[in-house]
Amino acid sequence: MSGNPAKSLKMNQADDAARFSIRCNDLSVQFANNFVAVDHVQLDIEAGHISVLIGPSGCGKTTILRLIAGLQTPSTGNVDLRPNSTAGDGQIAFVFQQPSLLPWRTAMENVILPLELLGRGDAKDRHNQAMQTLASVDLADSHDRLPHQLSGGMKMRVSLARALVTEPSVLLLDEPFAALDDMLRSQLGELLLRLWQERLFTTVMVTHNIAEACVMAHQIHVMREGQIEQSIENPLPWPRSETLRRRPEFGDFYGRVGDALRDDA
Amino acid sequence: MMSTGDEHRTKQVWLGAASVIGVAALGLVLWQWAIYFFHLPPILLPSPWQVLQAAIQERHPLFEGTLATGIAAVVGLATAVGIGCILAIAFSQSNLIRKAVFPYVIFLQTVPVVAIAPLLITWSGYTFRTIVLVTVIICLFPIVNSVTEGLMSAQKDLNDLFRLYGAGRAKRLAWLQMPTAIPFLVIGMKTSSGLAVIGAIVAEFFVGNGSNYNGLGTLMTGWQAYQRTDALIAAIFASTLLGLLLFGLVSLLSITVFGRWTTGYRNR
Repeated sequence: MSGNPAKSLKMNQADDAARFSIRCNDLSVQFANNFVAVDHVQLDIEAGHISVLIGPSGCGKTTILRLIAGLQTPSTGNVDLRPNSTAGDGQIAFVFQQPSLLPWRTAMENVILPLELLGRGDAKDRHNQAMQTLASVDLADSHDRLPHQLSGGMKMRVSLARALVTEPSVLLLDEPFAALDDMLRSQLGELLLRLWQERLFTTVMVTHNIAEACVMAHQIHVMREGQIEQSIENPLPWPRSETLRRRPEFGDFYGRVGDALRDDA
Repeated sequence: MMSTGDEHRTKQVWLGAASVIGVAALGLVLWQWAIYFFHLPPILLPSPWQVLQAAIQERHPLFEGTLATGIAAVVGLATAVGIGCILAIAFSQSNLIRKAVFPYVIFLQTVPVVAIAPLLITWSGYTFRTIVLVTVIICLFPIVNSVTEGLMSAQKDLNDLFRLYGAGRAKRLAWLQMPTAIPFLVIGMKTSSGLAVIGAIVAEFFVGNGSNYNGLGTLMTGWQAYQRTDALIAAIFASTLLGLLLFGLVSLLSITVFGRWTTGYRNR
């Protein structure tokens, strides 16, 4: 099975309408010190796809995520989300490089937080929703633990659950597994793929890890100095899992992306 | 049955207590030795035993003085916490206010409280209020400084997260910045708890003699005038114990009322 997994997973029209496409039109960001973080970027991300931004540090990957999230105002251009999303409606979720949990709140309370901020449902609904989401990241048993009582991987899963609890249409991930060891990274990558295959949220992920990009992405956008230098379609078949890494075509594609990055360098 | 970890902790607690008692015993021995070796008269340095006798003899004024100073210190500290938190919130919300007002808060810290105490008496009289005022002035800076730092130390990612879900400035302040600042408030309160006792006693040096108020500072100036060095040293010990008690109370608050916020912060 290859190509668009949305088709292969037999999504119906209502589901299609609930997913967002993202179009970045001539997007630029220039900071007060004249540093150009993003330079006239044109980027189209199909609804229900996973796009990965990869490139050297400081090339503008995170700034693009922040622009899509509405956390950064562009100097020129705009981000077009379809259907329309307004700031603070919970349709866009963000997973940061660090888990960034509130240390005084339990895992459950951290996951409930977005629902409370959005004013969604009553206390019981929120609790049920948060519990279900925690269960989806295999953390139901740890719901009452404070962040300092959780391991690094567990904290990251709470962070992921917090992002997913609002059932977002767009998930933005900023090097979410960068601080984890290879084993955890691989497990969480697998978990993210499973959750995506269940929910098909449009995903934009920043990573420095070529293998992670090859496993996750439909398209890999290679960035350099604020621009997208190359967009590469990922031909690897769906559904995917970490076992994909053992297939010979994975090695070929890995090499291709690596070459693209080296060309940039 | 105790686990190995519990046994280790208990051993550490006992070891800590024994070392504190050991240092105190060594101090007493050195004290007694200095009197013997330098032939010091009791008016210059009474023996530990004489100080203990004076403390027993003057237990009623000492207790009442400690209570009066303690109340002034607690009221002053609480007022400084209230004013300090309001100022810190204003500083965290506006760079302009912070730049304009913060230098004056530093001024309060640098101005010698002994120098302004007579002026405060002129304005406020020989009253309990003046003692509290001096205490507030001396306690304010650590509170404002710590809480401002705490309010402004909320992680950028968390601020972004709150913004992403439409939280405005007031909600970010109440849900994110204020809880983040609680461990910093506790640090400021711990620093100020000792200062509160100092502030109250310094103010009593000035205020006490013109009124019927009998705090530890008033007692100290009286006993110094009567060359009651033994009672004076007993009062110094009482003020030290008061400072420790206040510090202990703040520590207790930090693990009970504020425990949820401080535990998470300590174990980040």
